[in-house]
Amino acid sequence: MSSLTAWWHDPWRKPRLLAAVTIVYLMWSLLPVLIAAAFSFNAGRSRTSWQGFSLRWYYGDPERSVWHDDTLQTALFQTLRLGVLTTLVCIPLGVALAIGLHRWRGRIPSSANSMLLLSFVLPETLLAVALLLVITQVALPFTLGTTAQVIGLVTFQLSYPAILVRARLATIGHQLEEAAQDLGASPLSAQRRVILPMLVPAIVASAVLVFADVIDDFVIVRYLSGDSTTEPTSVKIYNTARAAPTPALNALATLMLVAAMLAVALGFLLYRWLGKRTGEAESIGSFAGET
Amino acid sequence: MTAALLPDAPESPESPAAPSRRTREPRGGRVLGPLLALPGVAWLLLFFVAPLYVVLAVVFGGVDPVFRTVIPVWNPVLWSSDQPIYVLTHIVGSDGIFGPALLRTAVYVFTASCLCLLIAFPIAYYVARLSGRWKGLLLTMLIAPFWISYMMRMLAWVNLLANDGIVNKVISLGGIFPGDTEWLSGKSIVVILGLVYGYVPYMIIPLFAGLDRLPTNLIEGARDLGANRFSAFWRVTWPMSRPVVIASILLTCLPMLGDYFTSDLLSGAPSTSMVGNLINNTVLTPGQTGQAGAFVLLVLLVSLLPMVYYVRSVSRSDGAIG
Repeated sequence: MSSLTAWWHDPWRKPRLLAAVTIVYLMWSLLPVLIAAAFSFNAGRSRTSWQGFSLRWYYGDPERSVWHDDTLQTALFQTLRLGVLTTLVCIPLGVALAIGLHRWRGRIPSSANSMLLLSFVLPETLLAVALLLVITQVALPFTLGTTAQVIGLVTFQLSYPAILVRARLATIGHQLEEAAQDLGASPLSAQRRVILPMLVPAIVASAVLVFADVIDDFVIVRYLSGDSTTEPTSVKIYNTARAAPTPALNALATLMLVAAMLAVALGFLLYRWLGKRTGEAESIGSFAGET
Repeated sequence: MTAALLPDAPESPESPAAPSRRTREPRGGRVLGPLLALPGVAWLLLFFVAPLYVVLAVVFGGVDPVFRTVIPVWNPVLWSSDQPIYVLTHIVGSDGIFGPALLRTAVYVFTASCLCLLIAFPIAYYVARLSGRWKGLLLTMLIAPFWISYMMRMLAWVNLLANDGIVNKVISLGGIFPGDTEWLSGKSIVVILGLVYGYVPYMIIPLFAGLDRLPTNLIEGARDLGANRFSAFWRVTWPMSRPVVIASILLTCLPMLGDYFTSDLLSGAPSTSMVGNLINNTVLTPGQTGQAGAFVLLVLLVSLLPMVYYVRSVSRSDGAIG
């Protein structure tokens, strides 16, 4: 008993209870997904009982595998297309917005900043329905489909690059660009030759985050997809998850998972390499914007 | 998720105040800032602010009597409030067809958020402050669900909870229940646990970022001055982490308010539908688009106060805002 109270009062005791809670949580959080991924390699039709290993649902099955089923392939490519297009539009727009807001004082930029934060916390369904009503009710030069999806995604994701890059700008301060201007650089070339290179790690990080987030998006891409040819993976999963799907659906989801993880891992390595060149210690936490 | 999207934790009193970065305007090129910001600001006005007005025009607009299509009314003077009144009068009373779903949304979101906080706080606290050399690995595993599609994570549970799924197999092996529970047909508890499973990562990460920045010396000081573990936590750690706790609750609650897919995938029954389901079921039904707009407006009004609170608390701690 006394050893128990001594243990309880020991200020250096290991937090075993919290460690156990964390490990149980991680298992609860990750195991179901790993099981779902494992069943994509099932030899039989079942997604619940294991019938041996095969690549049937990726390649082998001549009709229903991801490789041979046109609808699954379309979904896969639409997802990747949206990821690339959204990142290409969103990052330049967001970085310019961040630099602009950083240099601009007054009422307009501060309300623009509030707008950015609002777009970050607004429930996604509301933005998606609002944009759906815009596209169906207002005469616009484009209809539902890839263009509409990209517009919606860019609007929803714009806060990522803008806020990450602004946070980085705040730590850089104004001294360096003033020095550049003292040495004869114009304001624009000071941005281009001094500030922009210092922002590269933050830009890479936000590009990866946007890409990984977009290929997982569901609400916006579903409402703004015109027909089944522009429905990406997440919508495909939603449509068929309860309607007796084959493990090919698990295979499709697993491919998306691998794509997202690959993008993040490569992005992180690039980020760390860039960080080493500029002599900063970079961790996974700072990559995801935690510090 | 980023620390810049959180309110600041209080500074340690010993640490010198951070030098103010807003003393001077950047020199030269007064037009450069507005010029660079212009495309982004225009984008937000066009695709974020204007669409909200279109929602108003649809909600307060009319419906074509023959084709049941929406007729948006752009001039506020001509707005008719038939559709919002229809929705409002059908929330309570004998015609209260929308009331149960709205009440259910409140109960589900509240319960799920409480459970999320109960799970998220200890884990974020442990990983941020006590995990030592495992911190990097644990953080990576905590962030991982962010990059796994929400649909994939729900699909995983659809597989596990299916009638012949692993959950039922495990239960029947124990022999406690016959193991033929139909988890996926209209069980509130499954939907709430689905919401917790889906959204708890979105709470852990901001909590981690906030708790990671708490000044350790204050907590150590409290212990040195005789506080035991609990009073040090209750009187020092908890008050300091409160702004971050509130921000992370908001970051989890708000998206849950628009959720309809969790209920769709894990139950699919009207007995568990939330306000998101009301929106989703009416928005593409001819003649009911205005109702969907009214629900959107309702959720927007409910979430406006928390959203404004969030924007203010983050902006205040961000020294760069003029």
